[in-house]
Amino acid sequence: MALKSVPARPPESRTTVGRLWSSTVGKKAVMAVSGAVLLLYVVAHMVGNLKAFAGQESIDGYSAFLREFGQPILPHGGLLWIVRTALLVAVAAHMTAAIQLARRARRARPAGYERRPKVQGSYAARTMRWGGVIIALFVVYHLLDLTAGVLNPHGVQGEVHSNIVADFQRWYVVLAYTVAVVALGFHLRHGIYSGLRSLGVASAARAKAVKATALGVSVAITAGFLSVPFAVLFGIVR
Amino acid sequence: MSHYREGAPITDTRAPDGPLETRWERRRFDARLVNPANRRKLKVIVVGTGLAGGSAAATLGELGYQVTSFCYQDSPRRAHSIAAQGGINAAKNYRGDGDSVHRLFHDTVKGGDFRSRESNVHRLAEVSTQIIDQCVAQGVPFAREYGGLLDTRSFGGAQVSRTFYARGQTGQQLLLGAYQALARQIHAGTVRSHPRTEMLDLIVDGGRARGVVVRDLVTGEISSHLADAVVLATGGYGNVFHLSTNAKGCNTTAIWRAHKRGAYLANPCFTQIHPTCIPVSGDHQSKLTLMSESLRNDGRVWVPQQAGDPRAPGDIPEDERDYYLERLYPGFGNLVPRDIASRAAKAVCDAGRGVGPGGLGVYLDFADAITRLGRAAVEAKYGNLFEMYQRITDEDPYAVPMRIYPAVHYTMGGLWVDYDLRSTIPGLFVIGEANFSDHGANRLGASALMQGLADGYFVLPAVIGDYLADGPFGEVSAESVDEAEDSVRAVVAALLAVDGDRTAESFHRELGKLMWDLCGMERGDEGLRTALARIPELRSEFWRRVKVTGSGDRLNQELEKAGRVADFLELAELMCVDALHRTESCGGHFRVESQTAEGDARRDDDAFSYVAAWEHTPAGPVLHREDLVFETVKPTVRSYR
Amino acid sequence: MNYTLRVWRQDGPAAEGRLVDYEVDGITPDMSFLEALDLLNERLVLDGEEPVAFDHDCREGICGMCGLMIDGVAHGPQRATTTCQLHMRSFDPAHPVVVEPWRAHPFPVVRDLVVDRSALDRIVEAGGYISAPTGSAPEAHAVPVPKPDADEAFESAACIGCGACVAACPNGSASLFTAAKVTHLGLLPQGQPERTSRARDMAQAQDDLGFGGCTQTGECTAVCPKGIPLETISRMNRDVLGGLLRSR
Ligand SMILES: Cc1cc2nc3c(=O)[nH]c(=O)nc-3n(C[C@H](O)[C@H](O)[C@H](O)COP(=O)(O)OP(=O)(O)OC[C@H]3O[C@@H](n4cnc5c(N)ncnc54)[C@H](O)[C@@H]3O)c2cc1C
Ligand code: HEM
Ligand code: HEM
Ligand code: SF4
Ligand code: F3S
Ligand code: FES
Repeated sequence: MALKSVPARPPESRTTVGRLWSSTVGKKAVMAVSGAVLLLYVVAHMVGNLKAFAGQESIDGYSAFLREFGQPILPHGGLLWIVRTALLVAVAAHMTAAIQLARRARRARPAGYERRPKVQGSYAARTMRWGGVIIALFVVYHLLDLTAGVLNPHGVQGEVHSNIVADFQRWYVVLAYTVAVVALGFHLRHGIYSGLRSLGVASAARAKAVKATALGVSVAITAGFLSVPFAVLFGIVR
Repeated sequence: MSHYREGAPITDTRAPDGPLETRWERRRFDARLVNPANRRKLKVIVVGTGLAGGSAAATLGELGYQVTSFCYQDSPRRAHSIAAQGGINAAKNYRGDGDSVHRLFHDTVKGGDFRSRESNVHRLAEVSTQIIDQCVAQGVPFAREYGGLLDTRSFGGAQVSRTFYARGQTGQQLLLGAYQALARQIHAGTVRSHPRTEMLDLIVDGGRARGVVVRDLVTGEISSHLADAVVLATGGYGNVFHLSTNAKGCNTTAIWRAHKRGAYLANPCFTQIHPTCIPVSGDHQSKLTLMSESLRNDGRVWVPQQAGDPRAPGDIPEDERDYYLERLYPGFGNLVPRDIASRAAKAVCDAGRGVGPGGLGVYLDFADAITRLGRAAVEAKYGNLFEMYQRITDEDPYAVPMRIYPAVHYTMGGLWVDYDLRSTIPGLFVIGEANFSDHGANRLGASALMQGLADGYFVLPAVIGDYLADGPFGEVSAESVDEAEDSVRAVVAALLAVDGDRTAESFHRELGKLMWDLCGMERGDEGLRTALARIPELRSEFWRRVKVTGSGDRLNQELEKAGRVADFLELAELMCVDALHRTESCGGHFRVESQTAEGDARRDDDAFSYVAAWEHTPAGPVLHREDLVFETVKPTVRSYR
Repeated sequence: MNYTLRVWRQDGPAAEGRLVDYEVDGITPDMSFLEALDLLNERLVLDGEEPVAFDHDCREGICGMCGLMIDGVAHGPQRATTTCQLHMRSFDPAHPVVVEPWRAHPFPVVRDLVVDRSALDRIVEAGGYISAPTGSAPEAHAVPVPKPDADEAFESAACIGCGACVAACPNGSASLFTAAKVTHLGLLPQGQPERTSRARDMAQAQDDLGFGGCTQTGECTAVCPKGIPLETISRMNRDVLGGLLRSR
């Protein structure tokens, strides 16, 4: 049969990032690293949210503290902008890589099977892409809601506690947050497990431990986040 | 009526004379070399990518020749060698149990029942140690002991432990090593690989083999490839029996067409029947599955003492079992060579003591081994084989003894080659199972892998230069190419034109049964004559009644199959002629007329100490004898009792 | 017994394909799946039709030539089993059995159930070997290999190159196949000098041939007839990243 050979590829990039980005394995490493940055943020954010239980001063003060941190070396809100920049870069890298890999996957498997195979592997893995989209949509809504305040019934910047309380008294907002946070939980459960493998740090011996850690972390984050809206809904936090 | 004519004997085998131990060294020194710049101008075709062809193509590529490689599978990695389970012999003497090159040589000559050439066998034993080094360097994951050194086991026909193995997948691992070496050369551009391409004829021009005609199995295109030398490494023809342990695609086409172009075919009737295969379960059976011989290391073979005993094996008490191999051959017990174990199984089944469907089976029992070593140890050694057995039979061999029965496994016969692996057509080299060389009338377990790799990695690359030193051989005449291509096209067209009412498979099945019954484990004058009468009839019926649907210009597996069956139908006849003319028993060839009172094979060294090399002529086969001379190992009665 | 086999028929790479129902009687539980197809094919030929093309050779689970998508599962319902080792006793005659070819962009259909898997050879050619030209080898016992490493290397070396992992992967990724080879050679002392370059080059070939990337879905290892573990992919990623971080 006709000899088929590997198509000629463009000359290899001379920068490390360029080489990583041009390889699927490298791109997955970028996703894993950016995912780790996002994960760190989410953990910190979740912990910060728990201050809502300590009362209005605590959480509002925390918000103010974050903005005043590092003054006078940093301008007002400086830390926040550093974090925001890091987040934006991470989200951009994470999403671009996710989209490119998804399109590549579609090209690699253009046709499906007549009888839909029942899933042999993991369901969480199959929901990564939709999960990511849900999270992304949520974040947009969430920023308009609690950061910009435009979708919030209270909507005063800096008055975090009141914003939250106003928000979560409506069941459908709680529902929307629940959906997003659960999606995040699923995303993280597979993400942590997968990210470690993408970076090549998971071995057979550690596989069980990695799986358990991924599950533990994602359950903790999900529960931590959900505690605030439900506490408001049921009047524990007011 | 005689079925053949006598021709001139073969006197020159190109083996150096002088002391056996230094012949190979001298041959290598005497062989002319081709300088590296000239090698780039020389083309070599290698047909087959098994252990022999894969290792040869890779090594010739490394040396700098322009190599073209062919196989019929979709990847070179799938050649039939992949299925070898048990292991590969080498005279490393890592155990310090008294092994040596000389002992391996000695065992192989004796195991072959004194029907092989001493010079060749000695070379094989010498090269064996290099093979292990080479394979380890390539990353072949042989079994190792806790200290990190290589493990070995013992195999049928040997009393030392010299068989290297990789669980039950030794052939696979060795082949992948050769395949990877080949892949490296393909990448380097020294080898061009053509999978899914079948060789259908040899191009001979000016008395030299100069190329092959091939059919692209995907597009159906028939084309020619030209070269300065052609190497056939196309494996064995055991599938002439339809049911065998060979892969479904194994065929005789390449060597048979070369035979028809002038290459002599030697000892075609020497077939090896393997004692440990899973018995046939019904008419639908498409192939037989081997259970590695290594199982006989720990499994004990027995049948009930009483014929037709209806009890389940577990219910038969110890003293009503007949461990017949241990009883008849106390020296070797369950480890007697294959031919002996096979015939013994047939004998007890013929006596009505066989077990399983149709009484065609004997037990291979691991109960003792499991008690002695523990289930875990047995599983570590044979787990994959047990699993395979369970898949096929739906029985658990840890709980009930396996049932086994002999099946066709290997063909010692093949194209005749001299010491330099040259066939009788100049420029046509033959290596691996496709040639007849080193195993005489019976091959010892774990020796085929050794021979394939010896030929491919070490022997052929060392001797081919001596021939190619005269090259390049110039243009090939258009007439020779056209004539060969036309004859291939004619065969393809003829197969498609018959449009009869029987499938190629049905002819194959019928031929196989005939060969198994009349030219199988036991052959007799009367049966062989019947076969010789029946085969030409079957062949003409084939050409009148075979039905091949579809067309020749694309993937057509029915057409491939029919072409292979057509060649088997011709080869089978020569096998029977050879079996009929050799009225002695030796090795895998057991003539009922020539046995001892105890039913053992009786060799006739005065009359048959020769290789029977057959020439193809329009008037029928012509026999050329190559006398065998034994200077070092004196032929003795091969007794394992 | 009587089975309905719903088989993908496609004349050639460019032709449209479709599923066709065949009623096959006389199938026994001891028959292998491929023997049932043989039976169907003999009847088709006698009826003057073209038989169903499918790849197979050794029929004992080692050559990797066979491979069919059976009821949506690569190599059929029984785990750790190739198509040729599958027996009809695993199927319920009450339901039609759907038989399709491997599907992936780098595996174009050649005809019916036969696909072109030569892309896997290309991956190996890109670096799936230890460069040890014939004759250059040191004495085999010069380098002992710890038994656990040798055993683990063997486990990965058992890959038969069937391509079921690619067929099952929702991303059309050949990662398990590639990782098996990278792991086999990367665990052995002989394989160290080329370890990261080998992994990088094979992974690159995989990308260039149009396979998808791995998102750790785990479908591959579930259908792999030789049970190649998923951890091999992690190991491969480590070696590939090692190769990518270094300029050539
Ligand atoms: C089940 C089984 C187990 C075995 N176990 C052992 C063992 O443990 N130890 C041992 O030493 N031996 C064993 N053997 C024997 C051994 O495997 C073979 O003898 C040996 O592998 C043959 O190697 P080869 O390279 O000569 O040919 P093969 O490996 O048979 O290769 C033949 C090649 O030729 C190609 N080919 C054939 N015809 C054509 C054609 N017309 N056109 C193009 N290409 C063609 C094929 O594609 C293939 O690439 C076993 C054999 C079997 C069947
Ligand atoms: C808070 C936000 C997010 C976090 C913490 C996060 C985290 C992670 C992590 C750790 C991984 C594993 C990476 C790997 O397998 O190598 C991952 C994978 C993935 N993420 Fe996110 N992610 C976030 C947001 C998003 C968003 C907004 C998208 C939307 C497009 C997305 C899409 C994906 C996809 C598709 C994968 C799987 C990719 C793959 O395995 O190839 N993620 N994510
Ligand atoms: C249900 C639980 C959540 C609550 C109660 C909550 C609450 C808040 C509040 C009050 C702010 C504004 C803080 C401030 O202005 O000082 C905020 C900002 C933010 N939240 Fe959340 N959040 C929740 C879940 C999430 C989740 C799941 C994500 C990510 C996936 C997320 C991402 C963000 C981001 C990116 C910001 C903007 C930070 C910035 O100012 O740059 N939040 N959140
Ligand atoms: S990894 Fe498994 S499924 Fe993939 S090719 Fe190898 S054996 Fe087949
Ligand atoms: S199924 Fe595919 S996504 Fe990775 S884990 Fe296996 S290659
Ligand atoms: S035919 Fe060889 S693995 Fe199935």
